[in-house]
Amino acid sequence: MTDQSHFVEIRHAQKSYGTLEVLKDISLNVERGQIVAIIGPSGSGKSTLLRAVNDLDSLTGGEVWLDGVQVNKDLPHRQYEKHINAMRQDIGMVFQHFNLFPHLTARENVVMAPKMLKGLSKEDANKLAEEQLEKVGMLDRIDYYPSRLSGGQKQRVAIARALAMKPKLMLFDEATSALDPELVDEVNMVMKKLAEEHMTMIIVTHEMDFAASVCDRVLFMDQGVVVEEGPPEIVFKNPTKDRTREFLRKHLAGAA
Amino acid sequence: MGLDFTVVPAHLDIILLGCLWTIAIAVAAAVLSFFGGIVFAVIALYGPWFIRLPFRLIEWVFMGTPLLLQLFLIYFGLVQIGIDLPAFVAGIIGLGLHFAVYNSELIQTAILSVDKGQMEAARTVGLSRGQALRKVVIPQAVRDVIPPIGNNMIALLKDSALVSVIGVSELTLSAQRAIGATYRPFEFYLVAAAFYYVINLGMEWAQRRIERRISISR
Ligand SMILES: Nc1ncnc2c1ncn2[C@@H]1O[C@H](COP(=O)(O)OP(=O)(O)O)[C@@H](O)[C@H]1O
Ligand SMILES: [Mg+2]
Repeated sequence: MTDQSHFVEIRHAQKSYGTLEVLKDISLNVERGQIVAIIGPSGSGKSTLLRAVNDLDSLTGGEVWLDGVQVNKDLPHRQYEKHINAMRQDIGMVFQHFNLFPHLTARENVVMAPKMLKGLSKEDANKLAEEQLEKVGMLDRIDYYPSRLSGGQKQRVAIARALAMKPKLMLFDEATSALDPELVDEVNMVMKKLAEEHMTMIIVTHEMDFAASVCDRVLFMDQGVVVEEGPPEIVFKNPTKDRTREFLRKHLAGAA
Repeated sequence: MGLDFTVVPAHLDIILLGCLWTIAIAVAAAVLSFFGGIVFAVIALYGPWFIRLPFRLIEWVFMGTPLLLQLFLIYFGLVQIGIDLPAFVAGIIGLGLHFAVYNSELIQTAILSVDKGQMEAARTVGLSRGQALRKVVIPQAVRDVIPPIGNNMIALLKDSALVSVIGVSELTLSAQRAIGATYRPFEFYLVAAAFYYVINLGMEWAQRRIERRISISR
């Protein structure tokens, strides 16, 4: 076994779709309790990198490790399925378009997986649903179907659903990009709360202010490579690379 | 010779018994066609080739040949290889599988049109592909095709008259027996038609109830 000293470790991640190389040798370490933001223009490979962490998109080269275990282990198909299903229980993911289960209530969305995979009793499942929905401020909508929730409320339920598995790591892929501007804050508040609880998080975002306020480190990606990486004070205020400067100038000007 | 419905009450007991058979066969075949349709759809979409290919053959037989012939095959044909089914069981299996193939087509399309994000979200919380299909994708797909499946079920009810040819005393055959005793075809066929209509109404009512329950979550 290779020595492994970081909580999350992405080693030489490489991903191609046919001849299109989407990730070109990306490495990234995240320590326990750290929050890393990934920024960059659309199409630069941010989602692909994030989705490689739980193997939703499989890398064509490189390794992903979480807490001493390799996520994308080379195993025979059946064994791999078992392994990856177990790993994914430890990795929560939040999508841009929420992907709540529309045929289930908020409560059922939250407890479905814990009930199936951890054999929770009905009582414990209800307690878990209440606990998690309370955390995201959605307890009063516990028996609502997603169709009756706003975008911000849906995303908060989706976060509760991910948290219900008690993950070690949370991945956010533009969690607020699909929301009306006035609904962004309620979701950001929930993410801030998780940050205060020292949840380890990797956050792909277009919101520079939010990224600057919560994250320990920023990664600027462009065309499948990490162009610049560092603490938010440096990357946002004093970027060393031209490409970063240009991206930020466009982005901050666009937002203003 | 005009219409004379006064002959009907004396034979109402056979007709009602025929009705019960028709309802029992239609309901059992409908249930079989529904769950069979789901199983066929999953096999067609996700089964390994050595299961998928024989199923394609079965599907072709059930879609490409007359239901009447299928009933003969199941009832008279299977006896030859030692499978001697009671007529009503053969009828249920024939009708059920025949419509399962049609339901499967609907369900396959519906499964493929469930948003990919649903499967991803389910896999992300740790569900296996089978669990995700069972708990997340298929319930949504089925929900989307309840109305067209309902139409198939009404066709099934009407086609259930065909099981009379293998000797099941369902509504049509009961009417024929009453006619045999009275020589009053017009009256008894009309009575049978009326009963089919009523059963049909019952099925439509059940379908509307199911649709209403589902619409709560939309
Ligand atoms: N399934 C796929 N097949 C082919 N190309 C893809 C696929 N998914 C993503 N890509 C390509 O990979 C690149 C990176 O995509 P993505 O990771 O979604 O970027 P980002 O999230 O930064 O916008 C894009 O050029 C995109 O077109
Ligand atoms: Mg993206």
